[in-house]
Amino acid sequence: MTLGSWLALVVAMVLSAEAVGWLRRRAVRHERWRRFFRHPTAAWGCGILTFLVIIAIAAPVVAPLDPIVQPDPVGLKNHPPSFTFLMGTDVFSRDVWSRFAYGARISLGIGAFGALIAVALGSLVGAIAGYYRRWADSILMRAVDIGLALPRIFILLMAVALWDRLPFAWLALVLGLTSWFGTSRLVRAEVLSLRDRDFVVAARALGVPSSRVIFGHVLPNAAAPIIVSAALSVGNVLLLEASLSFLGIGVAPPKPSWGNMIADGAPSMYTAPWTTLFAGLAISLVVMSLNAVADGLRDALDPRKDPA
Amino acid sequence: MTAWLLRRLAASVAIVFAVVSFVFILIHLAPGDPCVVGTGERITDPDVCRQLIRQFGLDRPVLVQYWRYLGEVARGNFGYSFALHRPVRDALADTMPFTLQLAGAALLVDFGLGLALGVYQALRLNRLPDVVLGNVTLFVYSLPTFWLGLLLLLVFGEKLPLFPVGGASDPVLCPLVDSLYCLADRFWHLILPAATLGLVGAAGTARFQRAAMLEVANQEFVRTARAKGLPERRVVLHHQLRNALLSFITRFGLTFPFLLTGAVLIETIFAWPGMGRLTVDAILHRDYAVVTATALIASSLVVAGNLLADVLVGFADPRIRVHEDALVDIATA
Repeated sequence: MTLGSWLALVVAMVLSAEAVGWLRRRAVRHERWRRFFRHPTAAWGCGILTFLVIIAIAAPVVAPLDPIVQPDPVGLKNHPPSFTFLMGTDVFSRDVWSRFAYGARISLGIGAFGALIAVALGSLVGAIAGYYRRWADSILMRAVDIGLALPRIFILLMAVALWDRLPFAWLALVLGLTSWFGTSRLVRAEVLSLRDRDFVVAARALGVPSSRVIFGHVLPNAAAPIIVSAALSVGNVLLLEASLSFLGIGVAPPKPSWGNMIADGAPSMYTAPWTTLFAGLAISLVVMSLNAVADGLRDALDPRKDPA
Repeated sequence: MTAWLLRRLAASVAIVFAVVSFVFILIHLAPGDPCVVGTGERITDPDVCRQLIRQFGLDRPVLVQYWRYLGEVARGNFGYSFALHRPVRDALADTMPFTLQLAGAALLVDFGLGLALGVYQALRLNRLPDVVLGNVTLFVYSLPTFWLGLLLLLVFGEKLPLFPVGGASDPVLCPLVDSLYCLADRFWHLILPAATLGLVGAAGTARFQRAAMLEVANQEFVRTARAKGLPERRVVLHHQLRNALLSFITRFGLTFPFLLTGAVLIETIFAWPGMGRLTVDAILHRDYAVVTATALIASSLVVAGNLLADVLVGFADPRIRVHEDALVDIATA
């Protein structure tokens, strides 16, 4: 770690703490956000997520070394954490902290991108099924039943085996395409309860085209479950990516992702636990933060808890 | 009741059929060349190549191939594994009991511990034990199973060598289960992998069960029970728990995909000779027949689990038989 990267790390920490503090001060004015910050874990989750996102964006500044370069494969192999190597070095003498920072880019990026696809697709399918009902509903929901019945990892393993290793963007796409089933059920249930409400009926009576009724009137009012399931989806996709990378079929090896960092470190885990420990901790913290934030959001966005 | 059961059964069969078709389509869409042998070498002689294509029926129309594929799968014939030099069916028969063993043991930990924790939290609602357990379960629930497995291995296999670090039995003393000692040995090997998988699941189950208990807590019969002056413990354990158990049964079906997904990773870490490890090994050897067969089997197991859960809920809650969708949405929420 150079002085610059230490400095950048401290700045990132202060920045994330400040960001949460700022949000919290603003939250006092709104009942809903006050409810959100009543969950102590949700506030912590926000802080952790902000910190890791800053690390991911600022990876070139925060990381002292190239994540792929092997400075000294003999002398610096499995070096324990120290002031120069914040999280130690791995079997190939690569700086674990630098890989961690760049890995945040890949892992969080895949998580966010995959979740975006999953939530967009899930909302669309849910809205169509719930709004049009009849055969559209039964066909789509049977498809969702099938999707939920598939143990995704076996299907993904099969896809990877048949297509060889998937390129980065395709991996995120495939993860997103296999993660939307739960969201679509939630959105459908919400749309079903909205479609016969007065404002929707009024819009239809005015001759507003169906697509505008769905996107302009129904979906915005179903935002709460969509936002919550988006937060959960990021965690799910991230975990799935990590699992695939751990099995050696996710992100291609020299590139760092938290999953393949664990895979790289696993064989030397007994002698050099730091190579697997930090990446695993990061995954757990991100998923935990997202779950906590989702809990907080569910509480905050619940209209039943709004003051009358 | 019978009509409802039959409808459920038909739906499950339809799903399995759809999965088989999906797998067939996926195999057909995948790039590949029938003239590349299992090991990756290409057959240079065009005559041999043509012979192979004819032998596997790849020159026939797609629909004919599809029909034949359905027939083979229905007969339980999943092809031949070139890497293992044996029919895929035999490899599956060897590994599936181990996966079911692992999943069963994990399910026991998951539901036993999860249910107990959830109910305990509901009894101590919003007091210290509930808050502490709430945070602990949130954290454990968020752990990647494979990482927790590695940690448990590091702590209980290496630093404090209480448990064996891999395999399903001692290969020297107990290749077969033929004595009480060997049965204990099997059990001993099962503990760490099952605990890993079970703990993560139990944390999720505990959160789910606590939420289910709270869902019931506001209903009128609970208020009535309290108003009658029943002791709090009796209200929670007798009135709340019994009704919260209904949504718990639906969780049973949802747990199957989780257990099988987890098993793939856990088996890899603990060198457990199950279906998951078979699949991962097969990918490394490009053994497509095995990979597609395990995908099919795993999907069928999940569908069977869901059907079982549906039937259980149907028996437990007469409302479901009338309004089928009622509980499904709670389960996914």
